[in-house]
This record gives sequence, structure tokens and C-alpha cells, in this order.
Amino acid sequence: MSLTSYFMEATYLVASILFVLALKGMSHPETARRGMFLAEGGMFAAIVGTLIGAHIITWGWILVGLTIGSIIGIWMALFVPMTSMPQRTALSHAFGALAAALVGVGEFIIRGGEMTVVTRGALGFEVMLGALTTTGSLIAAGKLHGTIPGKPIQFRGQNAINLVIFLIMTGSFIYFWSHPSVIAAFYTMLGVAFVFGVMLVIPIGSADMPVVMSLLNSYAGLAAAATGFVLGNNVLIIAGTLDGFSGFILSVLMCKAMNRSITNVLFGGFGAVIAEASTDAGGVMREISLDDAAMQLAFANSVIFVPGYGLATAQAQHAVRELAELLESRGVTVRYAIHPVAGRMPGHMNVLLAEANVPYSALYEMEQINPEFPSTDVAVVIGANDVVNPDARDNPKSLIAGMPILEVDRAKSVIVLKRGQGRGFSGLENPLFFKPNTNMLYGDAKSTLSHLAQAVQHV
Amino acid sequence: MNPAVLIASVYVFALAAFLGYQVISRVPPLLHTPLMSATNAISGISLIGSLVLAGATHSRFAHILGFIAVTAATINVVGGFGITDRMLKMFNKRKDEVKTAPAAGASK
Repeated sequence: MSLTSYFMEATYLVASILFVLALKGMSHPETARRGMFLAEGGMFAAIVGTLIGAHIITWGWILVGLTIGSIIGIWMALFVPMTSMPQRTALSHAFGALAAALVGVGEFIIRGGEMTVVTRGALGFEVMLGALTTTGSLIAAGKLHGTIPGKPIQFRGQNAINLVIFLIMTGSFIYFWSHPSVIAAFYTMLGVAFVFGVMLVIPIGSADMPVVMSLLNSYAGLAAAATGFVLGNNVLIIAGTLDGFSGFILSVLMCKAMNRSITNVLFGGFGAVIAEASTDAGGVMREISLDDAAMQLAFANSVIFVPGYGLATAQAQHAVRELAELLESRGVTVRYAIHPVAGRMPGHMNVLLAEANVPYSALYEMEQINPEFPSTDVAVVIGANDVVNPDARDNPKSLIAGMPILEVDRAKSVIVLKRGQGRGFSGLENPLFFKPNTNMLYGDAKSTLSHLAQAVQHV
Repeated sequence: MNPAVLIASVYVFALAAFLGYQVISRVPPLLHTPLMSATNAISGISLIGSLVLAGATHSRFAHILGFIAVTAATINVVGGFGITDRMLKMFNKRKDEVKTAPAAGASK
């Protein structure tokens, strides 16, 4: 090994350590930013190490690629709004996975014949995962952005067709594994994996996107780890595995938050089949006037805001923060209760509120805040529905039975801000709206909240 | 890949998986979105494989594949780190003593 190669390996080791330290920093908002600087330093070191130590002979393609990629990357980093964070992340998964898949194809072209069985197996995984994550993430990004309808796209025999595609993909993988000279098997695998990625994501509805995002995150990481096995490169294995596990942990958390299994999310097609409504909750929904609502809030001791995705679609984050600050200046304790699947990706709602200058110490997780509801004077539900549906807890026959909820119904009184009288995405009746201590306030969340703030000022 | 290297790689994989589980399960839900974009940026490390493909091989086709891979991976790395930092900058503590002037959007 030459001196430059040793230098390159040393930068890889440094990068691996810095990546782990960076993720450790993520355990608290105070240390998270410093952690990311470490990771950026690690990445920079690894790139410089490679350019010095990898015996680069042609620079043109590299420099052009780095330049174009940096321009697009910086543009994305600076100008993508926080509400579009899920589709940006999905797009980024697609790019990362595409890079892994193409590196795999390149390796196959250059030294396909002389690979050992193990390397070939890793190469197969790399290309397969990379390709299906690329197209799957593109579809997910399209759905999140609204380019493709967010509703589940389903047709008769879908699962059977998907199974056939899956079998062709794994079949050609195994054939390529055992017969390295058959080039067609490799390219069949590649092509079918692209198709499989599309088929995997189109039947999934927008509301299940947090799970899908996490899974694709995991696949993109595992594809990078497989690349590490193919190239015999440890920093790729380490970074890819960290990403793969992070995505896996998040998918499990998201599934738990919806009380569904991963197979159910992927093959269940939630939201498409529900025709039978739940038990008729009966009763009437009581409407409340703006002034009465403002009065309740102004004279409360403690208020909890419960934001759902409806808040984000109405762009009402700033309006809710202004109302909250007004209440705080009157001595009201204000907190926010965040359900794990309140946005379109894990933690999305926290970012949206942080962007609106809500201090993170006011944001509470479900487990922390649930015991606080009984002693809360007013809970304000904004554009959330299923995550506050008490049927999930009380009615074992409900379709969402067992899904952990924010126990808003235990608050002394509840104000629900809602666009209209319609049901949530699942189409379920929500008994919360019929409770005697619940009052409905209809209208666009943003204008309702700013009107509420004005009314509070005049109390 | 000879058996000794393979075994070493499997060790690295297993230990990284264990370490990843330990470290990542400590990340609070508050930071799950930045976590996802950060790990996504980190896994853009496949950039180094792309660099080798684009610059250290002798096949024109490999160069072109490598060029696309370098571009895609760079978008992933630069965009991912950039946006993670932008998000983390927004997480502010409660400005407790400065309760007045709620209208001003100024932070920190």
C-alpha cells in the first residue's frame, strides 16, 4: 500500500468516528448542530482522502459532477420550504439510492466476471435495493408534492401482480448470483427492481407516508452498506448501516404510533376499503362563537394546543404561535401536544412549529402530555382528527382500535377547529366532537386563529 | 473478496448496527425529521464510490455512470447537510425573560 492509500484509509476512519459522534449529538437540540458540523467535517475528510488516495486519473467528470451536485444541493437546502420537507427528503433518498445503484452497475461492468460469490451477492443487494428505492422514493415524493394523487392507487389483483414482480426480481437475482456470465440476468434484475419500487409505493396513501419515508430511508442506507461490502470499504458499511438502522427504528416507531404492522401499511391499502362507518356516535355537535372561545382561552389557567396536519395545510403555524404568546402574556400556561404521526414524516410537526418560533421546550410528546390533560382547562384541537379519536381507546371494534391517541377528551373543555363537518382521512366518526365538553369552531384554521387572537386582546 | 476480509466486514456491519441502535434510540421525537435528513446525508457517503467510478477507471461508460452517480450523491450530501443545519437552527429555547413583543418575528 502506498502512503496516499494509508492517508485515505485514515480519513475514512476519522469520518466513521465523526459520523457516530454526530448522531450522538442528535440526542439533544442543544448539541445537535455541533454534531452536524462534525459529520460535515467527516464527509469532507473522506472526499479529500478519496481524491488524494484513490489514484484518480481523469478529473473532468468528477469536477463537473461535484459542481452540478453542489449547485442543486445548495439550492435545495436554501429554498425548499419546511412544509415541503417530506418530499425533499424523499427526493434525496432517491438520489442517494441512485448513486448506490449506479456504482453497483459500474462495478459489474468493470469486474463482473472476476467477482467472488460473496461480492456478487452484495452487488445484487446493492443494485436491487438501490433501484427500487430510487423509483419508490420518486413516487413518494410525487405523492407528497401532489404531482401524483395522494390517494392509494389500487386495482384488482394488485398484490398478486406485485408478488409476481417480486419473484421475477429475486429470481433473476439468484440466477445472476449463480451464473455470473449471464449478463441479461443482471439487467433484468435492475429493470424489474425499478418497476417494483413504483408498485410498492403507489398503493399507499398520503397519511401512511411517515412509515414509507422511514422505510425508504432504511433501504437507501442498506444499499450504501451493500456498496461497502462490494468495494470492501468500511466507512461505506458503517455510514450505510447507521442510516439503515435509523430508518428501521423510525419505521417501527411510526407503525407503533398507528398501531399497524409494516405489512399492513404496505399491502393493506388503508383508507380505500372503509365503507362501513363506525358506531353512530349520535348526539349533536355544538358550535361556539369566536368571542366565547376567546373568553374561555383568556380566563384559563392552562391551555394545550393539539396541532394536526390540517394546521400545516392551512399554513397556520405562525397564527397559533401568536395566539399562544398572547395567552402567555396573560399568564396562561401554554403547551403543545405532538402526536408522532402528526405530519407527513417523523417529527415533521416539531419542525414546522420550530420554524414559527415556538420554543422546543413547549413541545410535548404524547407520553409526556397525556397525563396532563385532566388538569388542563382548554385543549384546542387544530386540524387533527384520528389522533384524538377516543374510539381508538374505548371501542375495541373501531378500525383504529389500539392506536395510541392524545387523550384530549379528558381535558375540562375542548375546542375543535375544523374546516367543515366532514370526517378525517380514515372516514371514521369521531365521538370527541359529540362530547358535552366539546365545542366546534368551523372555518379556515389560519383566519380563525388570528381572529381568536384579536378577540383575546379585547377580552 | 477473500474470507478474512468478508468476516472483518461482517464484524464492522454488526458493530455499526449495534452502535446505531444504541445511539439512534436516544434521539427524541422532537428531532426525528433532522435525524432522517442527517442520516440521509451521511449515507451519501456512496459519493466516494462514485468518485472512484468516475475518475479511476478506464471505461468511458463507467465514467458516465460515475458522473451521474457523483452528481446524485453530491446533491444528497450537500442538500442533506444544508437543510439539516437550517432545521436545527430553528430549534430555539424559550425566551423566558423576554415575554413581550410577540409580533416581532425575530428569534434568539
